[in-house]
Amino acid sequence: MSEGSGPATAMVDRTWPQSLTEVPYWVFQDEEVYKAEQENIFHGPFWSYLCLEAELAEPGDFCATFIGGQPVLVTRDHDGEIYAFENRCAHRGALIAMEHYGHAKDFTCVYHAWTYNLQGDLTGVAFEEGINGKGGMGKDFCKAAHSPRRLRLANVHGLIFGSLNNDVPPIEEYLGQEILERIERVLGGRKPVVLGRFTQTLPNNWKLYMENVKDSYHASILHLFFTTFGLNKLNQKGGIIVSENGGHHVSWSAINREAEAASHYKDQKIRSDSEYQLEDPSLVDSFSEVGDDITLQILSVYPGFVLQQIQNSIAVRQVLPTGVDTTNLNWTYLGFEDDSEEQQLIRMKQSNLVGPAGYVSMEDGAIGGFVQRGIAGASNEFATVQMGGDQAISSESRVTEASIRGFWKVYREAMGFSIEEEA
Amino acid sequence: MMDALNLISRTQGYYVRAIDNGPIEEWPEFFTDDAFYKVTTADNYNRGLPAGIIWANNKAMLKDRVSALKEANIYEPHAYRHMLGQPAILEEDGAGATSETSFVVLRVTGNGPTEVFASGRYLDEYIFTDGKALLKVRTVVCDSSRTDTLLVLPL
Ligand code: FES
Ligand SMILES: [Fe+2]
Repeated sequence: MSEGSGPATAMVDRTWPQSLTEVPYWVFQDEEVYKAEQENIFHGPFWSYLCLEAELAEPGDFCATFIGGQPVLVTRDHDGEIYAFENRCAHRGALIAMEHYGHAKDFTCVYHAWTYNLQGDLTGVAFEEGINGKGGMGKDFCKAAHSPRRLRLANVHGLIFGSLNNDVPPIEEYLGQEILERIERVLGGRKPVVLGRFTQTLPNNWKLYMENVKDSYHASILHLFFTTFGLNKLNQKGGIIVSENGGHHVSWSAINREAEAASHYKDQKIRSDSEYQLEDPSLVDSFSEVGDDITLQILSVYPGFVLQQIQNSIAVRQVLPTGVDTTNLNWTYLGFEDDSEEQQLIRMKQSNLVGPAGYVSMEDGAIGGFVQRGIAGASNEFATVQMGGDQAISSESRVTEASIRGFWKVYREAMGFSIEEEA
Repeated sequence: MMDALNLISRTQGYYVRAIDNGPIEEWPEFFTDDAFYKVTTADNYNRGLPAGIIWANNKAMLKDRVSALKEANIYEPHAYRHMLGQPAILEEDGAGATSETSFVVLRVTGNGPTEVFASGRYLDEYIFTDGKALLKVRTVVCDSSRTDTLLVLPL
């Protein structure tokens, strides 16, 4: 594993463009890149989202999830603390637990019944002493030395992040103040309730989905639902925040009260001159989610986490690569413990906006595949990411690709590519 | 008056025909005005989680689904073929019935091959009216937790 700084599997033989506006297509296609990502990114000094604290409410609750391709097990023990360790038996490697979400007193590997407590300590080895003095483990076998590797953990307003790397910075430093505040805005002091979990399998490299999440440029172009039905609110204000290192972002928009009050649109929140109208426009009847005017906030944490507020549809998304050109996108839809019945109903209706069949998200399930297919045969060519300049910084305009450039800035460094000399 | 099995089978036959062959605009007409329709997965269903991949509590929302997929949403052209099992009638009286029907849906996207897209069961509540069975509740429970790429056409 990595010692100090620098990628574990630096790909110095690959050259990456100097400018952040060029992304080589081989990065979405190459098996070796994919393997190096497992080391450099998913086992690297980054925080990955694992699950919600609310999903591990009781001692014994567990969640079997992944960091990249690495299976990990997250548990709550009787001391009330959350633990996480690699979900791989210390004996010969079988999964320790298979159920996605479950409850257990302890874990027994099905293969040869080695047992682990909820903190991941190896506590029992079947026939450790042999039978009738014959067979069994050697005298010098020490169970404590064979426990699965534990993860570093961080809890950010109920979001559990884990890291397989000891050099990972503290989560507050990793996220930075602006991102922390925007997580707090949605989740701070609230008790989330899981409303549903759905997995969408994407026919593309995981990074194409992350580009899409960070791409505030495509939203009103690819997703025509709001436009078609005349549901775009007027005079919205908004912007994007790119974290200092470039890796995380927030794209947001809010109702512009002043502009609204000044216009005669006051009682008429939406345009009605569109050709098509919803038969049940209550789909977009929303309440102020946390008492402010923000109606949309898409937040990503490097490498593969998204916290989403689209009106009153709140969800977290976990992006898990399963191959060079396959990705699992795990959606968890959220409500909150103190939601009124009316608010619950609004969340149910608005769940139609997101997920695998979401009115404003279904296109994102397919678009990565269109790119993956489009770039076949173009490994030596580059994507052009110039909208809004060549920097990876915050902006008031959402017509920018700044946060995509930020993603690649962190990525190319984490992977240890050689950066092209300036011409 | 036909028996429940006949009424339900007739409706289901035309229901899948509307989705697979079209016109898709006919699909909402198999539901009552106050119908409830949800597409979910066995895992969500077994855990009692309320959200759906599609969630509608009236027929107007189903019509909106159809106009969205016709007028607003962008996707590669694709087609389904529903294969239904025999409905198991769980309860019935003169006014309606509850039933469960298993399904397999094959999907062809663009000029691609025929692929298994979904398997699962319909958990239904039917109302018999004017000699026809109309869906008052349809919960589509997909066996797998995964949806490949996207779900556009309803199940
Ligand atoms: S592999 Fe787990 S006990 Fe043998
Ligand atoms: Fe999108």
